[in-house]
Amino acid sequence: MVINTAGLTFKFGDQTVVKSLSLQVPEGSIYGFLGPNGAGKTTTIKLLLNLLQVQQGSIHVFGLELQSNRIKILSQIGSLIEQPAIYLHLTGKENLLNRALLLQLPASRVNEVLNIVHLTNAANKKAGQYSLGMKQRLGIALALLSDPQLLILDEPTNGLDPNGIIEVRELLIKLVNEHKKTVFISSHLLAEIERMATHVGIINNGELLFQGSIHDLEALSKPLIQIETENVADAANYLKRNNITVSDITDQYIYVPYISKQQMGEINGLLNQMGYTVYSIAKQQKDLEKLFLAITQTA
Amino acid sequence: MKGFILSFRSEFYKSRKTAGFWSAIVLPLVLCLLVFIGFYIKSAALAPDPGMLLWLKYAAPILGVMGTFLLPMLIVFIAYSVNSIEHKADTWKTLFSLPIAKLSVYSAKYLYALTLIFLSLALFVLFTVSFGNLLGALKPELKFRDYSMVGTLIQLYFKLFLSSLGILSIQFLLSLLFRDFLKPMGIGFIAIITGGILAGNNWDYAYLFPYSHPVLALKMLPKHSAHSTGMPTITIDLFTHEIYVALIISAVVFIGGYFIVLKKSVK
Repeated sequence: MVINTAGLTFKFGDQTVVKSLSLQVPEGSIYGFLGPNGAGKTTTIKLLLNLLQVQQGSIHVFGLELQSNRIKILSQIGSLIEQPAIYLHLTGKENLLNRALLLQLPASRVNEVLNIVHLTNAANKKAGQYSLGMKQRLGIALALLSDPQLLILDEPTNGLDPNGIIEVRELLIKLVNEHKKTVFISSHLLAEIERMATHVGIINNGELLFQGSIHDLEALSKPLIQIETENVADAANYLKRNNITVSDITDQYIYVPYISKQQMGEINGLLNQMGYTVYSIAKQQKDLEKLFLAITQTA
Repeated sequence: MKGFILSFRSEFYKSRKTAGFWSAIVLPLVLCLLVFIGFYIKSAALAPDPGMLLWLKYAAPILGVMGTFLLPMLIVFIAYSVNSIEHKADTWKTLFSLPIAKLSVYSAKYLYALTLIFLSLALFVLFTVSFGNLLGALKPELKFRDYSMVGTLIQLYFKLFLSSLGILSIQFLLSLLFRDFLKPMGIGFIAIITGGILAGNNWDYAYLFPYSHPVLALKMLPKHSAHSTGMPTITIDLFTHEIYVALIISAVVFIGGYFIVLKKSVK
């Protein structure tokens, strides 16, 4: 495990922001850390970077205890927390050169990362004149500068346009696949995470509600049959009387848990027999977005 | 140690294009230039003065304005400036997640502010001496050549530097803790005025109040005693008790500040 926390709890005054968190981030994974705004994501990330002191529980990164190996661990982490930290009176390149100075990296590395995030043309422009997306890309460049083993990114696609989001996603996938890096990425948007994450942790009100591979998460989401018919309410009642579970009814559709193709045919026949015209009937995978909402709202 | 040097160099790299850095250079230049111009215009009236008196007349207004008001203001501004660079850019979190010890980051920043004050005061010595000699060259009737004040000026400004340590450490900590401009500036401004009043009224315990120190440092001197025999001399007692108080306060606040930084959650 690259990141391993046990019983991590953090309080701001009386308020418990992180509750007994046990994160397990395997090497070579893209770990999507999901949760609504205010769920405790940023606090967790600050704990992982030793910006907040651990009050209860433990954090191990690369198998080493964080507090006692702080410098060694931090030298292998690149991070972007909330809005990027950029000196607006310096140019994009100067921002990177300053960090390269602190990390004792050659200036040539600065040009490399500028190229990676497509900021070469804007390198000598004051960062204060950058658009939100460019600032975000500069923030990612700063995180990548030291070529770290572990990238910790807090909402890295904030403010990026769709193209930018795709670029960042492809870059992260490439880093993991080709360079054996590990990426820990937080977001409140599942749609963004599910396209790249190999592992997912879902947090709400400071509690970890789900943790596992993306396949585990998909397995949780049971398929449904979506039936479009006339007189939805009556048809649904009729199905119930025939001992068929109806999980949801909307103005247009009835939803029934999917069991098999045969069962889907039987339902179709049943409704037609009773004179309810079926306009459409199809198997539907409950999307992860709804699942995410369900997980975070029931808690 | 390496982390400290890297952080210190980075402080210079970041701030070299900011008002905080340039104020330390421009302030001595402008002030000395103004007095230079004043003396140049009024040279006829000053021509009868002997060399030593001339140098004193020339250095005194610069020292006076500096000690009573400008130096404390400069300290408040520089302490604010080196910290606000991080507040504005939201970079405290990156500074403290660098693979560099927190003590190195913190002390490099403090020492950088200290260096800027030192630089500014050193430039005061340099500009006072150079402009004085330039005046002597341009207006030979002014007897600047007859006396050298370099040694005295170095001692005076070094004493001013030491007397500023207490204020600097307090202002540095305030600027580090408060993001907003008004708090450190407002507190500093009120304290400077209070310090000036206390020292100006010869209050017995003014030496315990750091914001009085620059005024006190100059007040006790220079006692230029005209000896009956030969050249008059100026003696400067460098380590007066307000200087000790300034040194103690700066050490205590610096160490205390470090523990506050350690405990403080980084925003």
